[in-house]
Amino acid sequence: MPDDTVDVGRRRFLTGSTALVGGTGAVVAMWPFIASMSPSARARTAGAPIEVDIGQMDWGQKIDLIWRKQPIWIIRRTPEMVAMLEPEANYLRDPNSDQSQQPEFAQNSHRSLNPEFLVLVGVCTHLGCNPTYRPDVAPEDLGADWPGGFFCACHGSRFDLAGRVYDHVPANANLRVPPYRFVSDTRILIGEMPEDAPA
Amino acid sequence: MKRAFLLTALCLGLAGPAFAAVGAELPGYQVVVDLTNRASLQRGAKYFMNYCLGCHSVKYSRYSRIGEDLGLDMEMVKDNLIFTGQRVSERMEIAMAPDEAERWFGASPPDLSMIARQKGATYIYQYLMTFYADEDRPWGVNNWRFPYTTMPHVLWREQGLQRAEWKDAENGNGDKKKVIEGLTLESPGLKTPEEYQQLVVDLTSFLVYVSEPARLTRERVGTWVLFFLLVLGGFAYFLKREYWQDIH
Amino acid sequence: MKAYFDGLIGWIDARFPLMRLWNEHLAHYYAPKNFNFWYFFGSLALLVLIIQIVTGIFLTMHYKPDAELAFASLEYIRRDVPLGWLIQYMHSTGASFFFIVVYMHMFRGIMYGSFKAPRELIWLLGMFLYMALMAEAFMGYLLPWGNMSYWGAQVIVNLFSTIPWVGPDIAIWLRGDFAISDATLTRFFALHVSAIPLAILALVMLHIMALHEVGSNNPDGIEIKDHKDADGKPLDGVPFHPYYTVKDIWGSVAFLFLFALVVFFAPEMGGYFLEPDNFTPANPLLTPEHIVPVWYFTPFYSVLRAIPDPQFGALAMLLSILILFFLPWIDRNPVRSVRYRSQLYKLNLLLFVVTFAVLGYLGFNAPTPLYSELALRFSEWYFLFFITLWFFSRPRRNIERLASLVVVLGLISLYDVVRMEPGHEMLVFLGWLMPAAFVAIMFLGSGVEKLGRDLPVPDRVTE
Repeated sequence: MPDDTVDVGRRRFLTGSTALVGGTGAVVAMWPFIASMSPSARARTAGAPIEVDIGQMDWGQKIDLIWRKQPIWIIRRTPEMVAMLEPEANYLRDPNSDQSQQPEFAQNSHRSLNPEFLVLVGVCTHLGCNPTYRPDVAPEDLGADWPGGFFCACHGSRFDLAGRVYDHVPANANLRVPPYRFVSDTRILIGEMPEDAPA
Repeated sequence: MKRAFLLTALCLGLAGPAFAAVGAELPGYQVVVDLTNRASLQRGAKYFMNYCLGCHSVKYSRYSRIGEDLGLDMEMVKDNLIFTGQRVSERMEIAMAPDEAERWFGASPPDLSMIARQKGATYIYQYLMTFYADEDRPWGVNNWRFPYTTMPHVLWREQGLQRAEWKDAENGNGDKKKVIEGLTLESPGLKTPEEYQQLVVDLTSFLVYVSEPARLTRERVGTWVLFFLLVLGGFAYFLKREYWQDIH
Repeated sequence: MKAYFDGLIGWIDARFPLMRLWNEHLAHYYAPKNFNFWYFFGSLALLVLIIQIVTGIFLTMHYKPDAELAFASLEYIRRDVPLGWLIQYMHSTGASFFFIVVYMHMFRGIMYGSFKAPRELIWLLGMFLYMALMAEAFMGYLLPWGNMSYWGAQVIVNLFSTIPWVGPDIAIWLRGDFAISDATLTRFFALHVSAIPLAILALVMLHIMALHEVGSNNPDGIEIKDHKDADGKPLDGVPFHPYYTVKDIWGSVAFLFLFALVVFFAPEMGGYFLEPDNFTPANPLLTPEHIVPVWYFTPFYSVLRAIPDPQFGALAMLLSILILFFLPWIDRNPVRSVRYRSQLYKLNLLLFVVTFAVLGYLGFNAPTPLYSELALRFSEWYFLFFITLWFFSRPRRNIERLASLVVVLGLISLYDVVRMEPGHEMLVFLGWLMPAAFVAIMFLGSGVEKLGRDLPVPDRVTE
């Protein structure tokens, strides 16, 4: 049984250091398990960039794609739609996209490379529902002020035709813009940044 | 690294029981696989894509992974390895339908992803080294390591054709039968015997690699883990000894 | 800081017996101070169980219990999942190490008589644990859906069809099909990941509760509770915490070193832990040349094959496992530890270990006539261990010895005569010498005072 000869300091040091080294090992040993839950080679393959033909799109048309298991929207905006964006800025929460996620090239009023084509991740920044595309002006259900935009039926979030969120709605950030670039005038590659953009 | 190799060798040495495939081991043909020899693995990959991937898939492996592991950039992989028009991130599958293959060869060519783990490097090496001319077989060749194989000698242009030397032998019951004594090169191929042997070593190494791409990573990580456990073991030992001083 | 901590403990203690549990099972649980090497394996078994549960949970995230997808999902884990190979090898290596540890733990129990009164229940619970572990391992082995998985399961499930009358129907019911199939795979998966692990956890808890109720045995096989100091603490005991916690930590690190050696440098272990034929998908049309169970089942597999008749073979195998349950009532000698048992007992135990190892080896190899004969003879030795143990649990008269010798050897010889085939006389006769020698040495040798007498058991534990 413990007697007077016990060197308490040594004992405390050994306990502490073993606990420290062992604890470090235990934390590091968690790494494979955490890592195994991140996307596998298969998921990353499925997440490779996809190329889309936009040459046949009509004015105001929206096409839906799936990239990385998420809905991607491409919308060809009319000049009138683009013109609407500027005056709407007064009613938006984050008109300059300072608190929102997008590639640097899309941090502008029309949130795109080319004002004509809007590319968005179709996931509401509130709780992840898919907002609906409502280009119709002043419909009955959305009120006379509605200039066209996106409406999320889940919790009533509203976004303008650049995917920017309105003030006083549950969502607090603009719809996300995925990385993309134009391969040619009529083809968009979703998932890859423009060649001149910083990585 | 060296220790890892020795340990593996030790463990393989323990494996007394019969894991061998059909046919007998050929002691005259031995192969040493060195997974750290990237040039050999790269050549092996290229040979595989050229000669084997027409019929044999490696469907659990991706071109991109092979490129990463063997130190090739993706453009090189695209240009030098992919002849099937697939994307680099795709698995190495084949277009041939299994039932058609069965009609042509009598058996569907197996997927070779894990052939090295199933049959061992020695088997692959001996199989590819010991094709010999035999008019009675559909493809005109037979195999010493795997008699009555249904595979044609795909590499005959490289190796040339070998002829079997036969001798009489007695089995345990006193029955006489003919067995192969050795193979001699009858008509030389495009490569010298040494070059051909190197080709087969490269191919074998590639198949060993592709059967477990994580192997080198595994051994590298393992060395660190063992080192860490030694350190922790030191602390734990002294801690134990410190407390047990109390007990008389 | 300390005040806050004590406050928190106090708060919990008012609502949950935290300190009471801590004291009962660790701080005030007195274990004999003379534990040796063999006493690491209990805590190591717990460590492996934790490894298996954690790695198993993460494997389940990627595995597909579907006959079409299972094999590919295993290879997907090894190749495509980040560090998936590590988790998979830890799990497959863990399965084998689990059995190594459990076999050592069981051997310790036999060697030091830890199964004897008042610890029979601990032993029984442990045996149920062992059975659950075998079921867990067997079902887990089907999941990779390799060719050896498939045929191994086929053979083992077919054992049930040897049950008279209802056997074939039971086998079909177990498989949910007329052969091993997708239905079998999914039900094995369900049992492997939920039902049996739950049973194992519950049994572990009961096993430990029963142990802490009566206290641990020790290499001397004597009760430390018989000698207590003025405070009522055993003189030869030490509190489990800190003494055995620090010791077990050290043992665990040493164990993990060996474990890592296999996981990182020889996960196949030369074909013993991961069998070569399991790297090719299950194929109902192509039986591997040698269907070999994983090494931890091969001793019993040998017993099965030792008797050509499938029904009696299966019965013998069943018996070879079940007989272990009855050990506390087979060996009624009051001396617990091998240290103070007779020379003959030591020999008997040694031969038992050799027998188990040889049976394991034979089970791994093709049954040639020689190996089949050896399997039979070593199976006889296996059972003779228990018969000898039972017979010499108390003093026997010479006439009893002689009579038993005649009966046992007579039965063995009778079986040899019945099974004799022309051409094998020499092999059978040479083989017959094995049980004959065993019986002669054990039954006659025990008459020799020096060989058959137990030694005096000391009062207190030795260093």
